[in-house]
Amino acid sequence: MSLASQNPSSLDLAYRVQSEAVAARFTKLHTRPVILQAEHLSCEFDSERGRVTALRDINVSIHRRELMCVIGPSGCGKSTFARVIAGLQPVSAGRILVDGQPVNGPGPDRGMVFQGYTLFPWLTLTQNVRFGLDMQGRSDGPADREARQWLDLVGLGKFHDSYPHQLSGGMKQRVAIARALAAGPKILLMDEPFGALDPSTRAQMQAHLLEIWRNVDITIVFITHDMDEAILLADRILVLKANPGEVQEFIEVPVPRPRRLDQFATPEFQAMRKHLDSLIHPAPSAGAPDHAPLPFIRLTQAGDDVE
Amino acid sequence: MPLFAVRREPPARYRWLLWVLAFALPLAMWSAISYVPWLWHPQVKITDAGSVAWIKPGLRLDRADFQAQVTKASSAGLVPPSGEPANPLYLPPPHAVGRALYGAFTTPPTLKGDLWLHESIVMSIKTIFLGFALSSFVALPLGLLCGSYPALSRMTEPFVDFVRYMPAPAFGALMVAIFGIHLEPKIGIVFLGTFFTQVLVTAGTVRRVDPALLEAAQTLGAKRGLLVRRVILPACLPDLYNDTRILIGCAWTYLVVAEVVGVSSGITFFINQQAKYRNFDNVYAAIMIIGLIGLATDQLLSFIGARLFGWKLTRRSRTRTFFAWLVAPAKANPSSIRV
Repeated sequence: MSLASQNPSSLDLAYRVQSEAVAARFTKLHTRPVILQAEHLSCEFDSERGRVTALRDINVSIHRRELMCVIGPSGCGKSTFARVIAGLQPVSAGRILVDGQPVNGPGPDRGMVFQGYTLFPWLTLTQNVRFGLDMQGRSDGPADREARQWLDLVGLGKFHDSYPHQLSGGMKQRVAIARALAAGPKILLMDEPFGALDPSTRAQMQAHLLEIWRNVDITIVFITHDMDEAILLADRILVLKANPGEVQEFIEVPVPRPRRLDQFATPEFQAMRKHLDSLIHPAPSAGAPDHAPLPFIRLTQAGDDVE
Repeated sequence: MPLFAVRREPPARYRWLLWVLAFALPLAMWSAISYVPWLWHPQVKITDAGSVAWIKPGLRLDRADFQAQVTKASSAGLVPPSGEPANPLYLPPPHAVGRALYGAFTTPPTLKGDLWLHESIVMSIKTIFLGFALSSFVALPLGLLCGSYPALSRMTEPFVDFVRYMPAPAFGALMVAIFGIHLEPKIGIVFLGTFFTQVLVTAGTVRRVDPALLEAAQTLGAKRGLLVRRVILPACLPDLYNDTRILIGCAWTYLVVAEVVGVSSGITFFINQQAKYRNFDNVYAAIMIIGLIGLATDQLLSFIGARLFGWKLTRRSRTRTFFAWLVAPAKANPSSIRV
């Protein structure tokens, strides 16, 4: 680390430095079976602005019980990536394999939590969580009990008889996670699930998610635009670049586990953060309209300064 | 807070007052025109014929004609007729209509064999109920399927649109030829008038279900039939209920046309009959009864609807529990019903 502070180019690579424990963890992770595989995945569709290439030639393998985050500038196709895995968006080329089986349309082996609240407003929380079990034709009694257990697990057991509109945003997303998990998926896709929550609720939800992931046999693909969130949660971060959405880098996060919010200040976290920043927000080119100062003239009286 | 503010609901204590005003204002206008002699009153009702032979007390003359008669009589040295300002016979004052409204139920029909007013009303309600129920029975499922499966919608909706533009009354003669002259052709007209619109409206409502809910259900393993039954239907049920409420209003429009097809019947027969006798107070009374039935039905359905879809409410509703018990007695807890 002392070397890093002397040499700027090696500082840029500081995020690659892993402690022994972290390195050992990744070695172990790579020995686990591959559960999700994208092969030469491309996705194009027609929009109002003509034909859009949302994803181009994506090749990624994810291991069982890995927590992967997908990050990138807006319009990089990260949401499309989740939707393609879910089977909600058809691919133009390539394929997705789950446990070696090609994906063909949506199915209960890939659960999804959306950014917008998608709980069924006409069902109570128990009935919402039961929905996936009902689709599998499970009988009433056991399905009810299992749904209640999942609700207890996300800390909402006492609200089992409430309707979604009676809950706050964070509680709704907890139910959405419980609902997705109750259907017994192998992969949980999360498309910016905490994007609409206020910062403190979001931090709480991140802690909840890590807790759930530790205790449930589930592989998570987590889409976000929040770099801190990605570093806090992920084993590996898939960085996409925009227009067309291509893999820019697939990074192993050097921050040790178990993760805590106070790790933000650690050098590994900072190095990782700096690197992501440089990938997603490259140094602005001169005269780029986004970064030019506003053409303001003074509209206040002299001496009436606020800063 | 001001009572009239753009896009702001008025304070709760004023809402009743505003509701009452909604009826009181038109009534006040009607009363003003009826009772204030210098407002409108384009005719003169003769109180004393004077010496003009053909004028009888009670006759209504246009004001100009009356003046002409007065001038003519005066210049001929005869006694001029006298009278008071009056409105035409077709605009009776509120109290006359009020009296007719009461009298319509207590006066036996003028002709032997004619129906009492309440019997006419029952007949009308029967016609409209059967026609509308038949239409809903076919249109709601068809609309649900059309809204769910775009291929089916493309296969049926052009034709439905085509028929929808044919006015239902145009089928009147045909209905009589097919179904005879009694209740059946009238039900047919109400059906034809409602059905095609109902299919399109239902399909439109079904298409407005939040696609995110469908996607969520699909990732939970819902497919085709289950998706329609367990997600699309419950998601749009409150809106379908509202559509139905509005369409009942349409059905009343066709009722009046339907009732003059074949043997004239129901409340329309009563209206036409009374108009023939020039009892316009009775005509107004009958039209108002239609309005009252419509308003009452609508308010009742809205009251039930608000409780039926209780997941929009914060507190439990006994009405909802009752209906849930009607549908599935085992699941709902009947002991909690205290209706």
